[in-house]
Amino acid sequence: MRKGFLSLFVVSLTTLWINMLSASEWSGDVSFQARHFSQDALSSSQFNQYGSVAIKAQWYHEWDDGKQLMTFSPFTRWDHHDKERTHSDIRELSWLKVFNASELRVGVRKVFWGVSESQHLVDVINQTDLVESMDGEQKLGQPMINYAMIQDWGTVDLFILPYFRERTFAGVNGRLRTALYVDTTSPIYESGDKQNHIDYAVRWIHSIGDWDIGLSHFDGTSRDPLFEAGLDASGNPVLRPVYNLMQQTGLDLQATKGAWLWKVEAINRHINNESYYAATAGFEYTFNGVFESASDIGLVVEYLYDDRNSTATTPFEDDYMLGLRWTKNDAKDTTVLVGVIADRDDSSRLYSIEASRRLAEGWKLNIEARVFNGITDSNSPLYSLRQDDFVQVEVGYYF
Amino acid sequence: MKGIILLSGLLAFSGASFAETAEEKGLAIAVEADKRDQGWGDQATISKMILRNSQGAESTREIRGKALEVEGDGDKSLTIFDTPADVKGTAFLSFTHTLDADEQWLYLPALKRVKRISSSNKSGPFMGSEFAYEDISSQEVAKYKYRFIKDDKFNGRDVFVIERIPQYVKSGYTKQITWLDKEMYQPLKIEFYDRKKSLLKTLTQHDYKKHVNKFWRPGRLEMVNHQTGKSTTLIWKSYKFNNGFSSRDFDRNSLKRAR
Repeated sequence: MRKGFLSLFVVSLTTLWINMLSASEWSGDVSFQARHFSQDALSSSQFNQYGSVAIKAQWYHEWDDGKQLMTFSPFTRWDHHDKERTHSDIRELSWLKVFNASELRVGVRKVFWGVSESQHLVDVINQTDLVESMDGEQKLGQPMINYAMIQDWGTVDLFILPYFRERTFAGVNGRLRTALYVDTTSPIYESGDKQNHIDYAVRWIHSIGDWDIGLSHFDGTSRDPLFEAGLDASGNPVLRPVYNLMQQTGLDLQATKGAWLWKVEAINRHINNESYYAATAGFEYTFNGVFESASDIGLVVEYLYDDRNSTATTPFEDDYMLGLRWTKNDAKDTTVLVGVIADRDDSSRLYSIEASRRLAEGWKLNIEARVFNGITDSNSPLYSLRQDDFVQVEVGYYF
Repeated sequence: MKGIILLSGLLAFSGASFAETAEEKGLAIAVEADKRDQGWGDQATISKMILRNSQGAESTREIRGKALEVEGDGDKSLTIFDTPADVKGTAFLSFTHTLDADEQWLYLPALKRVKRISSSNKSGPFMGSEFAYEDISSQEVAKYKYRFIKDDKFNGRDVFVIERIPQYVKSGYTKQITWLDKEMYQPLKIEFYDRKKSLLKTLTQHDYKKHVNKFWRPGRLEMVNHQTGKSTTLIWKSYKFNNGFSSRDFDRNSLKRAR
């Protein structure tokens, strides 16, 4: 009897698995990346040329008339010099159930909050996968239970975050790192529960006509570490990441008025027995059909503020960002974004170019370049990157 | 809806009078076409676009769409891009309005980011094709001023030839000439004139089929740009009505889980 039940169970599981495979779908991309650093490195353990390959896959399966969805998205990168950049992650492994006025999501996921382009103050759920990109837009998968309530007066998202992900940092042979490399094997936590501290977050979003508003609160371990000098296992001087507890309240607001997008993000963060405010505010204006073509030119202007001024842990405490985005609107989806973040108090400038174009069906070319200019303040977090100007060329194949 | 009742009243009145102007007749036909296409409720579509440059090189895009009819206002729609593979999963949510600006959000799957975007660029190309956003968005009577030109034959079918002038200030067109089938009240051909009043594009709509016994939908659209030599074919692979969609299928959460 028992055996019969067990075999029935096994058979039904197998059937379910076969069903899932047959009704499922894989997609993803393989990207080949080359980075060239134009200046000699600060440390002799670093290189000027780096080659790297990454694979990201995505599988999903939908059933229950689209009311339930499973998603799995593994990621892996191999870097030919930097052992820390050679890494793997589960970007997503989650189950979603849709109800009439709510949605439940359980598993590893990525969530994005906010409206601004230059930095993402409000966006605190996922840890940054810093070895992937220095702009902070690549994230590690975050385990969570997320319940969304969808009402006429907006959507409320509740989050329980049971596990903490540590930030990734370039290794001793990698570029774009601090002068002393960050030893990720010995992080320091404020919470005695360390990575198992349970974090909570709540967010409300609503659209009223031209206005999109978001209010959020987070209580848990900060994704942004501070650093403490220490020694690694072989006795070399290193930096140890320190993860403190924080409470952060955030506001993000966008007004969409014709070709104008007006944006504000503001936060108040309690951390390490201090409280501070930071904000990003600005606009994006798009000129459509310029030069008698289908091209659009977008102008992005943002001001970045942090009330801790020179003691801020971010380099962007009194800076402005100017960006120009060219969208060709052609069959190859050609876009170019040129930008600069400039400090209002000194000469430091961070220039960037991001360009992309489809080469052929399935193939895409991405070019990125960054230049660190006039960084003379040795207290600036950008100081250790002053020799790290680079050009990155990436060819991706999408399947 | 109210506007349409009012217009129909006006139509009945003007129909009785002897001297109906070309403008009144053009409007009356547009109102009738709109009336015949009301009550479709919701629809799900699968389509494919084939883009051709002046040398004839092709690229394709596969798109799935969901739409919900909203009484008294423009429709709600959700568009999901399946190919090119590098934009797979990108989704576009739009609430069109007759008089106010449309509300539009774009979902970028790589960043998991929902972006509210400007809807002011209606004359811009859709996915690099020869279709502009204003060509494919929901057609409301109030979007144009009309003038009846003549009765004619097109491909052996009886048609009304009507001029329509876009009322949207930033429209890419100064006028459109439509060849409207008298049986279906659907366009067979549209000529688009640019801001310099010269002929820019010609659209022809083919392979019409009647769905759920009432609504005529084309199976294929051909758009030719006379100034660049580029063209786009839009093939509607399937239409499905009565899907039971509600506004819950057209919110920011549904945008994030669009597959």
